[in-house]
Amino acid sequence: MAIAFDLNGKRVSIEVLPDTRLLWAIREHLKLTGTKFGCGAGLCGACTVHVDGSRAFSCQITVQEVAGKSVTTIEGLSPQGQHPVQKAWLAENVPQCGYCQSGQIMAAADLLAKNRRPSRAEIVEHMSTNICRCGTYPRIVRAIERAAREG
Amino acid sequence: MAIDSKKTRQSKSSVTRRSFMVGVAGLTFSLVEAGRIGASATTVRNKNITVTPWVAISTDGSVHIMSPAAEMGQGSLTSLPLILAEELDADWTKVKIVPAPPIQAIYGNPGFGGMMYTAGSAAVRGYYKPLRLFGAQVRRVLIENAAKKWGVPVEELTTEPGVVIHARSGRRFGYGEIAAFAELPAKAPDIKDSELKKPGEFRLIGKDVMRVELPSKVDGTAQYSIDVQLPRMLYGAITRAPVEGSSLQRVDDAAAQRIRGVIKLVSLPHGVGVIAETPEAAFAAKEALKITWSRDGKAWGFSSEKGIEVNAVIARNLAQPGVDWEKVGDAAAAFQQADSVYSAEYHCDYAYHAQMEPLNAVALVPTSGGAAEIWCGTQSQFMAVEATAKALGITPDKVKLHDMLLGGGFGRRGHRDEEFIVDAVLLANETRGRPVKTMWTREDDVRNGRFRPLTAHFLRAGFDKSGKLVAWHHRHAGDGITAFQDPVFFEMAKRRDVIAMRGMEASPYEIPNRHGEFLQNDSGIRTSALRGVGVGPNKFAVEAFIDELAAKRGIDPVVFRLDLLKNVPRARAVVDKVTQMSDWRRKRNGRGLGFAYMDYTGTHVATVAEVTVNPKDGEIRVHDIWTALDCGIAVQPDNVVAQTESCIVYGLGLALSERITVANGEVQESNFYDYQVPRMRDIPDIHVELVATPNNPTGVGQMATPGVAPAISNAVAAATGVRLRHMPMTPERVLRALKT
Ligand code: FES
Ligand code: FES
Repeated sequence: MAIAFDLNGKRVSIEVLPDTRLLWAIREHLKLTGTKFGCGAGLCGACTVHVDGSRAFSCQITVQEVAGKSVTTIEGLSPQGQHPVQKAWLAENVPQCGYCQSGQIMAAADLLAKNRRPSRAEIVEHMSTNICRCGTYPRIVRAIERAAREG
Repeated sequence: MAIDSKKTRQSKSSVTRRSFMVGVAGLTFSLVEAGRIGASATTVRNKNITVTPWVAISTDGSVHIMSPAAEMGQGSLTSLPLILAEELDADWTKVKIVPAPPIQAIYGNPGFGGMMYTAGSAAVRGYYKPLRLFGAQVRRVLIENAAKKWGVPVEELTTEPGVVIHARSGRRFGYGEIAAFAELPAKAPDIKDSELKKPGEFRLIGKDVMRVELPSKVDGTAQYSIDVQLPRMLYGAITRAPVEGSSLQRVDDAAAQRIRGVIKLVSLPHGVGVIAETPEAAFAAKEALKITWSRDGKAWGFSSEKGIEVNAVIARNLAQPGVDWEKVGDAAAAFQQADSVYSAEYHCDYAYHAQMEPLNAVALVPTSGGAAEIWCGTQSQFMAVEATAKALGITPDKVKLHDMLLGGGFGRRGHRDEEFIVDAVLLANETRGRPVKTMWTREDDVRNGRFRPLTAHFLRAGFDKSGKLVAWHHRHAGDGITAFQDPVFFEMAKRRDVIAMRGMEASPYEIPNRHGEFLQNDSGIRTSALRGVGVGPNKFAVEAFIDELAAKRGIDPVVFRLDLLKNVPRARAVVDKVTQMSDWRRKRNGRGLGFAYMDYTGTHVATVAEVTVNPKDGEIRVHDIWTALDCGIAVQPDNVVAQTESCIVYGLGLALSERITVANGEVQESNFYDYQVPRMRDIPDIHVELVATPNNPTGVGQMATPGVAPAISNAVAAATGVRLRHMPMTPERVLRALKT
């Protein structure tokens, strides 16, 4: 059965088992690989996307659950990587191995969309869902504060 | 600036403009066609001399520079070419970086036994001198050619980025223009050290150039092996034997066979593979397998709890000799004559790398067999090729490697057998003509992990009547690492387990009689270098013990160390720096400050941690960490700071929460809920300062990790009077220690 949803502003329709995780649908069926597989268990945030404007772990939701909804991945966050969060990420030299960073950026963009001037504590609270094994946390905090300032 | 990854594989040789290359095969220069670089360059021949280049300058002025190291977040993809570009005086905006092909003889790290191996934080340290030299030689050739063309003396010429200048006549030649007519000398020019740039003349080194791959890491386009997409690609999953050395006895795959999309189930000596049309089918089929394993792996019956006890007994049994790491003076005699002797024991649990990208690789074996193509993230390009060739019984030249960015390495991807790549290769061999992406799940990654060993350390120290520390003895018992991780390197290292032993030494503390010995006791558990290698456990013991000694003598721990570092100015400088940064002498209410120092292969690091301990739940709260580090010349200073922050966060997890437990030979943890790595809420304020010295650069990728745990242990002792001797210092252990 084909399931349709909006992906980065375009309607897509895929033939997968309805309980296929959105993560694999995006990455391997639709070939948008910016969204990463880290744990498959809702523990690391590497797979973070936006569903109808709010962040979600794509490894924890099925394709069926996003039928008719609007999904945004890192590839759709901004046309040229020009989202304020992405710009701030470069200004603060955040990424190391980079593997977690799509998820971090999607989580941060979600925070700033809802809270334009988050406090330090709010940033820490919001971002603690996402693991960065390279330990870029101090720079992520700085980048979010920069994006809030310069946004 | 761009990364030109395509160039590694296929050159577009329609280009006919001339360029030149510098080879290190006898430092021969050769004229070749532009664009013929990368893998293809190995076959470029001129006058029967095979030339492989580090640099190629095209007539359009673009400069291609090889990058020999794996990029796993540490920044070598940028910093190595940058070193060459500096002496070449290249225009950085015209530099294109090309991953070097897996040819050890040319691209091997002179600072790492000539191996093409990104580990030990040795990339910048090992390549710094040769890359500067190569850059300077190419620059000299450009200048000589320009001088000849203009008919002016070489001495009158200077360079600015990408341009040779004759100031007197106001003439300029772009490097590309010179490449169009350049003639190359038969021999590489001699460059004296004194002719290299002085640090004050650097335009790139020390200037924080943006790492070349960063933009791709914020827009989702960075390519890791897990991202590879190929036509008609299949998906592989694998269940490996839970205990190393056990093998497949029986498998009931009826349920797995019924899953839609499953193409093939493959019995392997060490497990069962599944090949399917989709990843979800592959993982579902893997879950549906019912497997019985043979019980012949060495670790069956082993538990880490008991293992620690066994190691502790060995460590304290002075009658059992070990392999010497450090032997200075006569420690045994000095102990006999000592006025007072103290001893203490420390333990460390198994620890897991937890690189964010679960291990995976993509492989393709052609229908006819006899060759392979692999896409992988490896710390050693040549090991990946060799392991693939060995698995298929073919020669390495039949293996085509696409080395991808690594979603973290930390030592996990540098094993000689490259087992996660071989998994993909073996499955691809079952579906020839169709590529297979074989992915481990996070659970696979944890359970099939290769760990920093379980160790027990017995230390003793002897003082003479005057109160001088005269004797030191460190006995470390635990699993070996090197022989398991890399048997070839183990032989090269004369069968000394340098990975496990590194850091056992008391030096550079000046103690006249010192003995460090390693007592290898293999449990059969898979082991690995892990960020900080043996230095992590060893310095946990050394730095905590030094602290205990200072306390016994009633001396401030920093003063005590400085006294032992009288003749090591670089050490004293970082110690002084960090004590200023942390305001060491200011007493904190209810909080403890702890200190650690070490010389980690030439990089001097001093760390202070400030903690509180919650007596009710045993939780250690780390409020601040200050680190001062001297790595000589910092090629990319902000990146050095970033690496040091990263080291500290990593060290924090190892210190406080990360623990692999083994019961009956099997790993008990499986994902990030029971193997807890630091999250943002666990992070203290981190303060890093570099102490600049004009020394040749040394490593930074792991040097600040080992100091974190002893600094915390020492801080807890300062706050509570209770000494924590077992890493990780979990709340239960803290509570237990507080009670006794
Ligand atoms: S992969 Fe989805 S939370 Fe980790
Ligand atoms: S940058 Fe490597 S895991 Fe975050």
